[in-house]
Amino acid sequence: MYVFYAIVSLTLLGLFLGLLLGIAGKYLKVESSPIVDELEAMLPGSQCGQCGFPGCRPAAEALAEGNAPATICPPGGSTLAEQIAALLGLDLDLSEVKEPELLVARVSEATCTGCTRCFKVCPTDAIVGAPKQIHAVVADACIGCKKCVEVCPTECLQMHPIEVTLRNWRWAKPSAPMTGNALC
Amino acid sequence: MITHHKPSSGAHVGANKSVGQIMWQVILALMPATAFGLWCFGWPAIFLFIITVSSAMLFEALCIRLKGRAAKPVIMDGSALLTGWLLAMTLPPWAPWWIGVVGAGLAIILGKQVYGGLGQNLFNPAMLARVALLISFPIEMTTWANVSPLFFSGSPGFAESWRITFSGLGNLDAYTGATTLGYIKTEFSQNRVLPDILNDYSAVLNFIGWTRGSLGETSTILLGLGGAWLIRERIIPWQIPVALLATVAGLASVFHLLDSDHYASPFLHLNSGAMMCVAFFIATDYVTSPNTATGQLVFGAGCGLLIFVIRTWGAYPEGAGFAILLMNSATPLIDHYIRPRIYGRDRKGKPLEIPKP
Amino acid sequence: MLSLFSKPRIRGGVHAEEHKAITASQTIAYDFPLPEKLYIPLQQHVGKPAEPLIRVGDAVLKGQLLAYSQGLISAPVHAPSSGVILDVNDYPAPHPSALPIRMIVLATDGKDEWVKTPDIGDPFQLSPEDISLRVGAAGIVGLGGATFPTAVKLNMGRENRIDTLIINGAECEPYLSCDDRQMQERSAQIIDGVRLMLHGMETHHAVVAIEDNKPHAFYAMQAAAQAFPEIKVVQIPTRYPMGWDRQLIRYVTGREVPVGCRSSEIGVTIHNVGTAYATHQAIRYGQPLVSRVVTVSGGAVGRPMNVEVPLGTLISELFAFCEVDLAQTARIVMGGPMMGDSLPHTGLPTVKATSGILALTQHELKSTDEQPCIRCASCVSVCPAGLRPLDMANNIKVNQLDAAVDIGLKDCISCGCCSYICPSNIPLVQYFKYASGEVAARQQAQHKSEQTKRLMEARQARLERIAQQQREEEEARIAAKRERERLKAEQEAAA
Repeated sequence: MYVFYAIVSLTLLGLFLGLLLGIAGKYLKVESSPIVDELEAMLPGSQCGQCGFPGCRPAAEALAEGNAPATICPPGGSTLAEQIAALLGLDLDLSEVKEPELLVARVSEATCTGCTRCFKVCPTDAIVGAPKQIHAVVADACIGCKKCVEVCPTECLQMHPIEVTLRNWRWAKPSAPMTGNALC
Repeated sequence: MITHHKPSSGAHVGANKSVGQIMWQVILALMPATAFGLWCFGWPAIFLFIITVSSAMLFEALCIRLKGRAAKPVIMDGSALLTGWLLAMTLPPWAPWWIGVVGAGLAIILGKQVYGGLGQNLFNPAMLARVALLISFPIEMTTWANVSPLFFSGSPGFAESWRITFSGLGNLDAYTGATTLGYIKTEFSQNRVLPDILNDYSAVLNFIGWTRGSLGETSTILLGLGGAWLIRERIIPWQIPVALLATVAGLASVFHLLDSDHYASPFLHLNSGAMMCVAFFIATDYVTSPNTATGQLVFGAGCGLLIFVIRTWGAYPEGAGFAILLMNSATPLIDHYIRPRIYGRDRKGKPLEIPKP
Repeated sequence: MLSLFSKPRIRGGVHAEEHKAITASQTIAYDFPLPEKLYIPLQQHVGKPAEPLIRVGDAVLKGQLLAYSQGLISAPVHAPSSGVILDVNDYPAPHPSALPIRMIVLATDGKDEWVKTPDIGDPFQLSPEDISLRVGAAGIVGLGGATFPTAVKLNMGRENRIDTLIINGAECEPYLSCDDRQMQERSAQIIDGVRLMLHGMETHHAVVAIEDNKPHAFYAMQAAAQAFPEIKVVQIPTRYPMGWDRQLIRYVTGREVPVGCRSSEIGVTIHNVGTAYATHQAIRYGQPLVSRVVTVSGGAVGRPMNVEVPLGTLISELFAFCEVDLAQTARIVMGGPMMGDSLPHTGLPTVKATSGILALTQHELKSTDEQPCIRCASCVSVCPAGLRPLDMANNIKVNQLDAAVDIGLKDCISCGCCSYICPSNIPLVQYFKYASGEVAARQQAQHKSEQTKRLMEARQARLERIAQQQREEEEARIAAKRERERLKAEQEAAA
């Protein structure tokens, strides 16, 4: 008999609480944030395709659905990865993130024919020039998407690592602390 | 000759004090009290001491090897030796050998290596082991040998000592008794009052350490001197021991003045090697105590308060182990809330305001 | 007794072994042979690099302007000796990376002939503005190592109503003694420079602060300042980093400079003793800053000394003069051993910031055998800025730079006290320098990605506009065609 009481009372309690939850869910509904838009705004927006998606919007959708890791965007580097992880509440092991090797395009003046194909595809207008004139890349605006390299008929556009100067030289991270020498 | 130049920033020179040197200085400071303890309690104590220290180092080496690293440089920094040493000093001198081994294993493996090794542990490894042993093996951990110095008639000889440590001599009653604090606790339950209980308490013997107690924790004077030397050498901060001892003394004075029949005098509290050992050697463990001077004062005072509370009203006669562990767990909190003020900022981290002329 | 409860005036710091006596006991050497070539960087100061106005092949005299200052915060560069300009090009900079920087190469002619300097008369008749102008034109920058243009500081002083000018004679770095020697041998000139600075800033009170391990310098300066009640010479405790400007300001005036403010905003300006001497030379004799006193010391130096050298002298020549044993040298350090940086080789010039060049043996260096942190908190107790270096380093080790910034990374002054004291030999300062650089790089990356987005949008808008234009043109063309057809039809109908 006691078992019966227990079952009934617990069932009633469960039903009542479930009802409460249902009501709360209906009246206290929070508009879901347009997370895809937010993600898209964070991405560089250069549609460079280095992530493997055909543009920043599809990448943002994949991120929102959980089909892409926070480290998806190579040009964004660890800064962007941190921001994305914070927004999506993901755990991020930054020690695994490789900082993107920053490359910029450079025009070899000897072989440039001034065909203008490269600056037509440049998503950031980083290439300047005019027809039949030698083109030049503004390194500060170049995002390293390599689109120009693909269309250049004479292979005069090449990717180069950014030159280290006194202005952008930085102290290296001290090598990892040792808790004893490697077993030898 | 400069080969393979790697840009290196200051400071290019350094204070000549390394981790190893600090450990060795602490061990040096412990030496007199330890030697005295070993002499007082004879061969069984020496066996136990050697077993505890060497198994601590063995466990450390084992853990390091399991991590795939060479053990020798880690062992050489002396931290495992010091942990084993401190643990041995807090054990009953005639405890069986396995107490030392189990204690060392608890201290090194559970107390230190599972956290990630040196510098990562939350609790003082020696105290963790001591408390775990006390709870698990209450009989072995509260059997206190009489003072029976080496080469004295009446002290156990080498062979007998071997049996005490390794085969667990059946009836030790002839050789053992209670510590002062333990005695007080049991006599209170017989409704006796303090002046009565302490009839044959000798302050002088307690001061030099001629009394029942843990292996290396009997001598107030030797431990106190060792601690004072460490403070002078700037190895340990003065804040923790001073705050700890002052808190115990203060609380004991207040209660002793209120009711001298049931509350021991501050002198009795402070005049015990265990108190000195905790104040100077255990509470001052770098890893598990706060980083700032103010934090260290709070930590010391907290330890003192807990020790007094547990000694006076708790079930155990000596509360140091529990007090230290409890305060260890509060250390991250203390460090979080008590921070130094950054130059040019207020305590909350906001830039100071420009003073009006 | 009450002072116990007032704000502490010194916090943290270390007592490092001094190693000063060996150079501080000898007079400054003036017999350094003039090098055949001088390498003069166009940027020896904080701010914009100077712009050269000479051409290769030009003959110049000592003190002649080689490059003029550009913009508000900058300083000109003058010829350290007479000779011919050989080259204006990129050469390795005196920097741990030894990356190239633009330099003027001067082949000296051995005559060391001064350009004609104007006769000034009584400089106290000059207006304060004129003093700053002349100091700026002489290329004077902070010679303690910060190399902030002095004229800019004098101007800020006038704008901010400074009540105290502090002259920094602390020289708290071990090994270095160039300021000590200058205070002993050039006390009258330094005091004159201080008076000129006071005049230039329209301030009436100066304090010369000297660490109490330099009694000779203190007495010499006190004697020189006797006649001038507006200048007070005081002794301060010997404790590194006493010469950190903010520490010194707090000790001398009891005021603390708020984070993000310049000291002039709380009514204090601070200059180095060497700067005061350079000011004296510039105003009294019209001589620009073309040489400086450099301490050459360290275990590998055969003849450690303080020596006056023309700017642009290669370290290799300095080392040859001081008989440095390169085989014994484990590290070359520019500046003091606490804050200085290592240099990869000796083919680098001395500059305005070079207070010392040290050739340290392996024995003198701190061990690099890094061990795990034991949380001894020595670094917390020695940090003069009130930071927790151990927590910051732990955050940086696991790449949590934001967390490190939150607990004060940006307030670190890289004084080196924490690295000095650390028993585990953790290169704390290098962690902080790495992290600061990384934070700056990330901010730049963020900036660039915003820039990229703007460029993208601009491009989209332009393409859109062009498309729109094309559509409109097309429509216009179609409309025109229809119109023509209509007219044609009308004409046909009329016909």
